[in-house]
Amino acid sequence: MKLEVLGITKSFGSGTECRRVLDDLSLSVEFPHVLALLGPSGSGKSTLLRVIAGLERPDAGSLILDGKQAPLSEKEPILREYRRTLGVVFQAFNLFPHMTAFQNVTVPLITVHGLDEREATQRTLEVMERLGMAEHGQKYPAQLSGGQRQRVAIARALASRSRFLLFDEPTSSLDPEMTAEVLMLIAELKEIGTPILLVTHEMGFARKIADQVAFLAAGRVVEQGAAVAFFNNPQSLVAQRFLAKVLAY
Amino acid sequence: MNLLSLLIDQPGRKAAVWIRVVWMLLLATLLCVGVMSWAAGFSRGSWESVWKYRDVFWKGWALTIVISVLSLLLSTLIGIIVALARRSRIVPLRSAALLYIDVVRGMPLLVLILFLYYVVANGMGLQDRLVAGILILSLFGGAYLAEMIRAGIESIPASQLESARAIGFTPWQTYRIVIVPQALRQILPPLTGQFASLIKDSSLLSIIAIGEFTLAAQQVNSATYRTLESYLPLTLGYLALTLPISLLSKFLEQRLRYES
Repeated sequence: MKLEVLGITKSFGSGTECRRVLDDLSLSVEFPHVLALLGPSGSGKSTLLRVIAGLERPDAGSLILDGKQAPLSEKEPILREYRRTLGVVFQAFNLFPHMTAFQNVTVPLITVHGLDEREATQRTLEVMERLGMAEHGQKYPAQLSGGQRQRVAIARALASRSRFLLFDEPTSSLDPEMTAEVLMLIAELKEIGTPILLVTHEMGFARKIADQVAFLAAGRVVEQGAAVAFFNNPQSLVAQRFLAKVLAY
Repeated sequence: MNLLSLLIDQPGRKAAVWIRVVWMLLLATLLCVGVMSWAAGFSRGSWESVWKYRDVFWKGWALTIVISVLSLLLSTLIGIIVALARRSRIVPLRSAALLYIDVVRGMPLLVLILFLYYVVANGMGLQDRLVAGILILSLFGGAYLAEMIRAGIESIPASQLESARAIGFTPWQTYRIVIVPQALRQILPPLTGQFASLIKDSSLLSIIAIGEFTLAAQQVNSATYRTLESYLPLTLGYLALTLPISLLSKFLEQRLRYES
């Protein structure tokens, strides 16, 4: 997977309240499995993920995925088509509480991706099986544990054959045990082969799973490179301070 | 089980439902027996004079049902449109919806009926009382329903809409698959309550001489001079419509509750 971000700028608010969250941010990275976006709170890493996911329109700049320009500034229907090719897994899972786990996966396949019911059921069964959720299909999200809900959310993203999975702080609303459960799952996903973009606070995890790392501060990429190199020998002062603080405990 | 527990219980507890049902039935029976024995004390034949007019009662009752059902449908339609207008990005549309809701909810229904019928409907040359009555009742109910529907839509967390966007649902699919089913569960109990209110409120249409249930009872009363015999069936007739709805509302409230 090759990801090229060219001069993306994004501000929120207007007038004196205006905050520039992404400041002419550029990044060019090629990674086989996992790219981790790291950085202190407010550095813009979640916003960057949302821009890449097509959920937030950048004020300026462009994005090239595997050599193809993403239609980030196009009209909504075209942007929607683009979003359909990606799978986003949110911090709070965002499953639909009025549908069973199974329906949560099947319904988008039918309405968005145009599969017929048989195909959709088939594919859902496959994915749920692979994620170890086959026997929980008929449960509603409220009846599942946090880790299981996250699995359904991932199943939803995988079933549509997304070319790219985006995780927005997938563990920050979980307790330690479930965090471990979800991190294990993401590690499993590495085997499946869909490239992953991961925004996380779990440094230990990023270190273990990521191939490439981009470190953001104040809306720019301060440092990027192989995960091992970054964690063992951060070049920039900000990253050194950040890692020293975060890894101290 | 001691005797006291038949009498004293914490409100809201689930365990002893049957005790409450027994008490409810007991009190209702007592009330009926009381009223009946009082009524039986009247001179013989007092019920017979009213019985002759039973067709008037039936017709009035049937008309009340027709008015209520039609007004429910129409006011739901108005409610949906106004609720959507309230959420529109077009400012005048939003203002108009707000104005409608505030004006209608700020007025007694009786005043609304008098004004809309004698001033507006007559001014516009709308002669049919029944049609005018149903329209007025729908306009009245629509204002309340609009706010309920809006509250239902707004009760859906932003994260759900974000998820729908990320999946790639169109706005229409988002409404159909994500918003409506969830909002409906939220508002179904107050919605059924609103239907019961509509049935009760339709009695006020008697003021513009629509021959619904209340007017029917008034006519029987003035023809027979039998007040209790005319109005007792009236109360029972309304309860026969509203009590099942109230039960349905309680049932739905329990049935549709789900954690999110």
